[in-house]
Amino acid sequence: MNLADLKVGQRGTITRVNGEDSLALRLMEMGLIEGEVVRLLGTAPMGEPLEFAYRSSRLSLRKQEAVRVEIELVKDST
Amino acid sequence: MRIALIGNPNTGKSTIFSALCGVPTRIGNYPGVTVEKKIGAYRDAQGEVQIIDLPGTYSLAARTLDEQVSVDVLLGRQADIPSLDAVIVVADATNLDRNLYLYSQVRDLGLPTLLVLNMWDRVAQESIEIDLETLKKRLNAIIVTTNAARKMGIEYLRIAIRQAIEAEMDSTPSPLPKPLRERAIEVQQWMATLSVKEIPLPWIERLILDVGNQGLEIFAKNHNLSELPTKITAVRERLAAENCRVPTVETKVRYQWIREILADVVRRPLHEQLTWSDRIDKVVTHRWCGMLLFALVMFVVFQAIYRWAEPAMTLIEWVQAIAGESVCTVVPPGMLRSLLVDGIIAGVGSVMVFLPQILLLFLFIGALEDCGYMARAAFVMDKLMTRLGLSGKSFVPLMSSFACAVPGIMATRTIENRTERFVTILIAPLMSCSARLPVYLLLIGTFVPATTWLGGWVGLQGLTLLFMQSLGALIAVPIAYILRKTFFKGDMPPFVMELPPYKWPSLQVLFFRVWERVLAFITRAGTLIFCTSVIVWAASYFPADRSKIHQLETARENLETELSALPKSERTTDPATLAQIALLDSQIAALASEERVLGGQAIENSFMGYAGHAIEPLVRPLGWDWKIGVGVIASFPAREVIIATMGTIYSLGGEVSEDDQGLRDALVHASWPDGKPVFNFPVALSIMVFFALCAQCAATIMTIQRETNSWKWAIFTFVYMTILAYFGAWTAFLLASNFT
Repeated sequence: MNLADLKVGQRGTITRVNGEDSLALRLMEMGLIEGEVVRLLGTAPMGEPLEFAYRSSRLSLRKQEAVRVEIELVKDST
Repeated sequence: MRIALIGNPNTGKSTIFSALCGVPTRIGNYPGVTVEKKIGAYRDAQGEVQIIDLPGTYSLAARTLDEQVSVDVLLGRQADIPSLDAVIVVADATNLDRNLYLYSQVRDLGLPTLLVLNMWDRVAQESIEIDLETLKKRLNAIIVTTNAARKMGIEYLRIAIRQAIEAEMDSTPSPLPKPLRERAIEVQQWMATLSVKEIPLPWIERLILDVGNQGLEIFAKNHNLSELPTKITAVRERLAAENCRVPTVETKVRYQWIREILADVVRRPLHEQLTWSDRIDKVVTHRWCGMLLFALVMFVVFQAIYRWAEPAMTLIEWVQAIAGESVCTVVPPGMLRSLLVDGIIAGVGSVMVFLPQILLLFLFIGALEDCGYMARAAFVMDKLMTRLGLSGKSFVPLMSSFACAVPGIMATRTIENRTERFVTILIAPLMSCSARLPVYLLLIGTFVPATTWLGGWVGLQGLTLLFMQSLGALIAVPIAYILRKTFFKGDMPPFVMELPPYKWPSLQVLFFRVWERVLAFITRAGTLIFCTSVIVWAASYFPADRSKIHQLETARENLETELSALPKSERTTDPATLAQIALLDSQIAALASEERVLGGQAIENSFMGYAGHAIEPLVRPLGWDWKIGVGVIASFPAREVIIATMGTIYSLGGEVSEDDQGLRDALVHASWPDGKPVFNFPVALSIMVFFALCAQCAATIMTIQRETNSWKWAIFTFVYMTILAYFGAWTAFLLASNFT
């Protein structure tokens, strides 16, 4: 499962970021690292990009970038 | 004392800079690259402190030009900035985890480093607790908390800056793994055998860590180390074997370190809290509301620019008229008076009159940017922009180009992907910049009826302005598409963008931003436009013989003085006086009409007249006469010059009658030799379309050359836009002529 699979309101715990290219590195620099809990807050009017919340950060990614971040679904998240 | 200021984007770094230094003392570019260099200074009891504001960045891993320059300045590699005494890292207190990443990178460079936790007021608002004392101990650092928007903590910051300079160097070890330091020492020793001046270890570490940046090649070239890239690659392979894979090892160990440092220091609610900023976002990025709001914001901005600036514009026009009249009372008719009144006052004044609108536009763009809406606009528009092969990140540079393409093109530096950046640069000049505004305002104000609906809130003139402002952007859509399919093929670059929390725009930051732009505009009006006005005046004044016209002027003014000595006709009943007034009036009118005829002949026999006639066959299909052609030629260096040129041509041409108030009337009364008016709606539209699409701006062309580092793309832009403008104007003229 990855960040792009989340439904609005659901949370996931990051297990890893795939790849070692500059995109993977940028995602990690932005704090998307193993153990972080990320929630899908919403999407842009046309369905993309997605808006994620973790701690006090709000980050927007397209699905193409979001699939790089693997997660485990947090069960009781609505 | 020389201090660098660095921080993640959206941490309030600019606000801290303004609070510390006020207006920057120097703004420019770093030599050879196009990263903005902003330097300010302040004095305290111990003397002057210079602050170098570095571009906002999440990391020192140099992938963009901005990051590269920041690293260079911090390492003392930037030739024009001597070594630093300390570095201030500005962090968003509510986002310590992510902000400490940059802090740990900066600290590893070995300079005295001061940590500022800005937006401290939000920490409590978001129910976060931070144990400052423990954090200070663990980081072994000086930490200042500020709320720069309210100027809180700035005095402490000044004191802390002094303390940081004098404090002992932080000796806590870098979180980077041991093997990296060992390899860096090896590289340093290898360089020493090649008698290269000793390079500090942090610098070598960054060369090893930053995979895929151009810094390495440049470094190798500058130090004559052609084997260095191979050497570094070997080092990276060896590090991978030692379980330190570059570059991912850096994020891994630094975030590990940050977690250890922040354990029990930052207590926050288990899950991220929905803030009022998120609630605003629910509306702003909503499926329908978001789009509607975006359209509404744009509509209000352009309507407001048109309406609110009116009183200030009237005032400037009035000052200009007074200045012209007072020169006339002192200087007798002749070349000097003509130069002063028709050349300088008319030329510069007609550009200055648009200052209020330009000020408003920059104010709106600055406020939207500072409050956080611009990032949402990029978020909302991204999907649309991807259809053109661009991203939401191109949106802000393109939006800024509505004020001026030069800062807009410069703002593309934040786009990491070259393809996307170049396409954005090439279409940015199509966005309707503030210099086009005067042309639209003049022609719309004169030739579009002032019909209004809904109690004056929606006006035809405002709608036409909105259309003209959008035209370039609409045309940019197919152009971007074509560019992405031809010269700039390639995959969609990634999109990673922070959405900062909404905040009230900082008035101080806003003020300085508007002030900078307005100053730049006035400087341009004072230099470039001043020179062009004088040159255009001279080209329209010489070589025709104007002595007869000046004689007529003197005669007419003598009669006018005589007339003004008499009582006003409505105040007297004396038949003799009335007869005399009528006689003088008719004599003055006769002289004025003779002046007009001679003036028209004189301008046709001037250098400008020759040039205009030469290109007339070319511009006739667009509905233009030779005078408009002259105006367009003269405005290729800077488009706003058209107004000044027209002002000069028409007042010199003698077509401005005694009761005319200004250029608008001159345009209405301009006529072809057969008496038909030159200007009507189709002609006005054709001129506006030409200006909307043409690259008439030397500054933009030079900026494109600098930013793309090639004349090829600069010339390409100029050529494609000029062709587009010509055929666009032609089409507009034909369509408008057939439908009106």
